[in-house]
Amino acid sequence: MRSAWIICRRELNSYFSSPIAWLLLTMYSLIFGFFFWNYLANFIVEGLQMQMMGQMQPMNVNEQIIRPLLANTSFLSLFFIPMITMRLFAEEKRSGTIELLATSPIRDIEIIIGKWLAATILYCWLLIFAGINFAFVFRYGHPDWKPMLVGYLGLLLQGAALLAVGTFISTLTKNQIIAAVGTFGACLMLWVFSWVSSYDSSSWAQVLSYMSVITHFESFGRGVLELKDAIYYLSVIFLGLFFTARSMESLRWRS
Amino acid sequence: MITVKDLTKKYARTTAVDHISFSVDKGQIVGFLGPNGAGKTTTMRMLTCFFPPSAGTATVAGFDVFEQPLEVRRRIGYLPEAPPLYLEMETVEYLRFVGRLKGLSGAELEKRVDYVADRCAVADVKKKLMGKLSKGYRQRVGLAQAIIHNPDVLILDEPTAGLDPKQINETRDLISSLAGDHTIILSTHILPEVEQTCQQVIIINKGRLVATDSVANLQARARGAESMLLEVAARNGELPAALVQERLTAINGVSKVVVKEEFGRGAVLEVEASKGQLVRGDLARAVVEAGWDLNELRPSAMSLEEIFLQLTGSDAAAAAAEPVPSSGEPPSPPTDMAAPEANA
Repeated sequence: MRSAWIICRRELNSYFSSPIAWLLLTMYSLIFGFFFWNYLANFIVEGLQMQMMGQMQPMNVNEQIIRPLLANTSFLSLFFIPMITMRLFAEEKRSGTIELLATSPIRDIEIIIGKWLAATILYCWLLIFAGINFAFVFRYGHPDWKPMLVGYLGLLLQGAALLAVGTFISTLTKNQIIAAVGTFGACLMLWVFSWVSSYDSSSWAQVLSYMSVITHFESFGRGVLELKDAIYYLSVIFLGLFFTARSMESLRWRS
Repeated sequence: MITVKDLTKKYARTTAVDHISFSVDKGQIVGFLGPNGAGKTTTMRMLTCFFPPSAGTATVAGFDVFEQPLEVRRRIGYLPEAPPLYLEMETVEYLRFVGRLKGLSGAELEKRVDYVADRCAVADVKKKLMGKLSKGYRQRVGLAQAIIHNPDVLILDEPTAGLDPKQINETRDLISSLAGDHTIILSTHILPEVEQTCQQVIIINKGRLVATDSVANLQARARGAESMLLEVAARNGELPAALVQERLTAINGVSKVVVKEEFGRGAVLEVEASKGQLVRGDLARAVVEAGWDLNELRPSAMSLEEIFLQLTGSDAAAAAAEPVPSSGEPPSPPTDMAAPEANA
């Protein structure tokens, strides 16, 4: 796995030595900051209103700020994941550097894991930058940190799973735009599959809904760590990387 | 060091490489020669384990490319046609990265990076982004990454393509200086390159092996009989070429006389002698005795270009003479085998 780490480090270097990583971090932080500011303002206005009306309904930072924020973040990731993964293999195929990797004494799976890991680490940085906003909540309020941590774990798992899908799609083409559009489409489909369960309860609808990433994020968002949901994400990661390995193998046989 | 037996690569509709067999001894430089699309790159990619062969076997340093690809790759340095550079990286960063990929680390890695940077004359651009390097530098960085782990075998795919004549010479010298430590296979469609740097030539055309031999042997073999070039002219007045031809054909030991050029006062003729016959003296005497001037008499040694054209057939020569625009290859430099002055 030393080789996977070498690949991963180069990949991260290339993210951060080009504007890609910085631009993604900036945009993500800006949008997340806007979300945060909105929920916070709503929370404050609601609190003031209640005080004026003399009602004392319980206000909960976790329920009213953190949970909806996490759900929005999970949606926001959909747009950022294709931008992270699109270059992983497409760029190497276009520039011919794939020939260097494929003729080096390392296994394909090490290349794949290295690249996917780099993408996941960049995604972690996005989450960390977004998380800075939560420092304010802790500074001025007393939220429960445990469900928040579970929610973050859910975001990370969901991101890692979609990144694995994106990694696979990036091996299919030389063109980064095609990889990005394909990944975005796939992520969006995995997202909206859950809609069918709202009008159909037949078994195929249940299967389709179960395949949706959002179905499994729900419990994480609530701060509940469910084994089946964690396993769902892990199996999507495994499947994505497995398909990537098969795709690289077929590249060798076909090219 | 390298043994290739019945190596074959089939694509969906075409056979790119068709039952090629050859072997290369340790420390040799071998020229892999063929027109564009002959299957050079495909063969090299199979040797470097970029993709597996459809049939046949190849072993590098005793390891089979299909059974033990990782062992083979550890012993091979490969420079693809387009140097595999990450343009957003600095040269030294890149060399370190490749060194690590090939299993180097720590002080040894730094030592090798410095060594190959010096050896390939890229030390002065160590801190530059590779996207800003000129073509010649990129090629040399590509060569530096190929030798960073001191591999037994070096495989270079058209290492001089797209360079200017000065850079071509520098690259050639560099490659020659690498021989001895490494066994080198270099592919090219530029013939003088092979004549200058290689000990052995492997010629392929349309995926098939056409010839494999040493450069000297190939020249001797293709020459067969001795052939001479004469320029004969009359002192005064006209001299019909047919007359000269008739006169020369009559000489004992001459098998064929071809008129190459006629210019009124005289002619240029190519005379082929039967094998083992030395007819130079007879030719000179015959011309002088007839009262003509012998302006020139020299052996028309066949260059590799002619051998190549002879071996690969005229259609291949025609294909090679015209750079095919759709192939994406850089236009051939003037030293290409398409150069018409084969006899010069």
